[in-house]
Amino acid sequence: MTRLAYETSQAARLREIFVQAGAQPVECTILQPADTLLDLYGEDIRGRAYVTSDALRGEQMLRPDFTVPVVQMHMAHGAAPARYTYAGPVFRRQEDDAARANEYMQVGYEVFDGANLAAADAEVFALIRDALGAAPLRAATGDIGILTAAVSALNTTERRKAALMRHIWRPRRFRALIDRFAGRTPVPPARATLLAAPDPFADCAPMIGLRSRREIAARISALHADAKAPPIPEAEVALIDAILSVRETLPYALERLRDIAVDMPAIAPAVEQLAARMAALQDRGVDVERLDFEASYGRTTMEYYDGFVFGFYAEARPDLPPVASGGRYDALTRVLGQGLEIPAVGGVIRPGLLADLEGTA
Amino acid sequence: MSIKLGVPSKGRLMEKTFDWFGARGVRLSRAGSDREYAGAVDGIDGVELVLLSAGEIPRELSAGRIHLGVTGTDLVREKLGGWEQKVEELAQLGFGHADLVIAVPAAWVDVDTLDDLDAVASAFRAQHGFRLRIATKYHRLVRDFLRDQGVADYQLVDSQGATEGTVKFETAEAVADITSSGDTLRANHLKVLSDGLVLQSQATLFRSRCAVLCDDSRAVLAKLLEQLSLD
Repeated sequence: MTRLAYETSQAARLREIFVQAGAQPVECTILQPADTLLDLYGEDIRGRAYVTSDALRGEQMLRPDFTVPVVQMHMAHGAAPARYTYAGPVFRRQEDDAARANEYMQVGYEVFDGANLAAADAEVFALIRDALGAAPLRAATGDIGILTAAVSALNTTERRKAALMRHIWRPRRFRALIDRFAGRTPVPPARATLLAAPDPFADCAPMIGLRSRREIAARISALHADAKAPPIPEAEVALIDAILSVRETLPYALERLRDIAVDMPAIAPAVEQLAARMAALQDRGVDVERLDFEASYGRTTMEYYDGFVFGFYAEARPDLPPVASGGRYDALTRVLGQGLEIPAVGGVIRPGLLADLEGTA
Repeated sequence: MSIKLGVPSKGRLMEKTFDWFGARGVRLSRAGSDREYAGAVDGIDGVELVLLSAGEIPRELSAGRIHLGVTGTDLVREKLGGWEQKVEELAQLGFGHADLVIAVPAAWVDVDTLDDLDAVASAFRAQHGFRLRIATKYHRLVRDFLRDQGVADYQLVDSQGATEGTVKFETAEAVADITSSGDTLRANHLKVLSDGLVLQSQATLFRSRCAVLCDDSRAVLAKLLEQLSLD
């Protein structure tokens, strides 16, 4: 049997496991309108997905995953609770590493259900773990919701919080913003000159382009307001750093986060959600004492996860991407829901990587 | 068997390349008329001169159709994914200097850094309903740079020429383009971001890692590199 045939048969087998678990099988087209994906991910998606076009429909993308079309399909039909599964090829542009596959099978399980979030998280995680069988994999988990709760709780302006929220998934820019808002980095000279100028438009070059003088003036007033705002207190920055550095097995991580929540009570609901998830995972037979939790996990991958995140890695093959991964994406249903929303969590398995592991075992 | 050396087929880049090789005892020249893209090599046997557009030299190197080639680092990095696996940098030739930079209207008095550009991109999208457009022909280099720097809410629009004019014509809000002196940018009322340097490029001699070499051509290559003091 060729590798592709084996991968395809494994995909069918895994999908059947998800059907048995109560999911409704769905199909999605391979060509997806590029607009939706570009709006969600921005220009970066062009580096990761194949873009094609015709004169009639404009730009199309070869689907880089199923989540977005499945969410769109679900939200178009009224956002009632549902469970779906799918299996099929996805396509990822590879420009730097020829060893990475540019076409591979994904088998997914997605839960749209707001009745019990912790139970739904545990359901997806445990089902995927069980479907992976005996393969020697290490699970990594995280929770973006704790970091966003901490940012919302900061004692600073709404504008600064919005800027930090926008860059939750870009750790480098997030760090630069935190350092600036906390007064740790000096005001850049050009900014200082601008703020000190009696007339910032004196000797100004001719206005060209779509961004108007009014927009520029509005930003300058915002910068003045920001310069007057007090820095984010050092103690709060230390708490953000403490959260980001939590990297323990789940019970210890929970203990650590509860300690932090004493000083930052606003994250307590998110931390208790983590506790509820731990209990739900235990109910599903997951050995939480040995489950790793990393508060900064999932911040650099796909930027739609906003709560629980997880991945399964082949310990003997650090060169491979995760064999399975997933997470919660409530906000995505809101963005694509045209006024509707529903809590949602899901995950995917790459049967091709499972096949590679069997080959090396 | 001979080895093939690809050199830009016209302009200052060609002349300066000829000078650089000439100074090392390898005389390159165009054969026949100015319009004929054939060349001659004196001072060493077994080297064939191939005159090509500088933009095609990266592709020819990665296809292994030429063994050596002179072109800009910017073009190699833009056009070849995993370029280090396909070509080896043998020598920077000290001319053809050009910087790939991000530039915005000089009238944007509130913008000096990528951090400002990112904040403006967010506000621009909210105000205009689409992502701030950056005109360029260096899509990969600019996208990788902006991703590493954590800039969001922009889009790249393709511009193969007269890129500096796109802002005035309102087909872009900013540009990412090659500049040597900055004169063209200034003449078009644009300014370079203080941390907007994507890549410093210059004419560079590359060796293809993909071209097949027989024993004879390997010897020719070794002799040529020795003569160029690159061995």
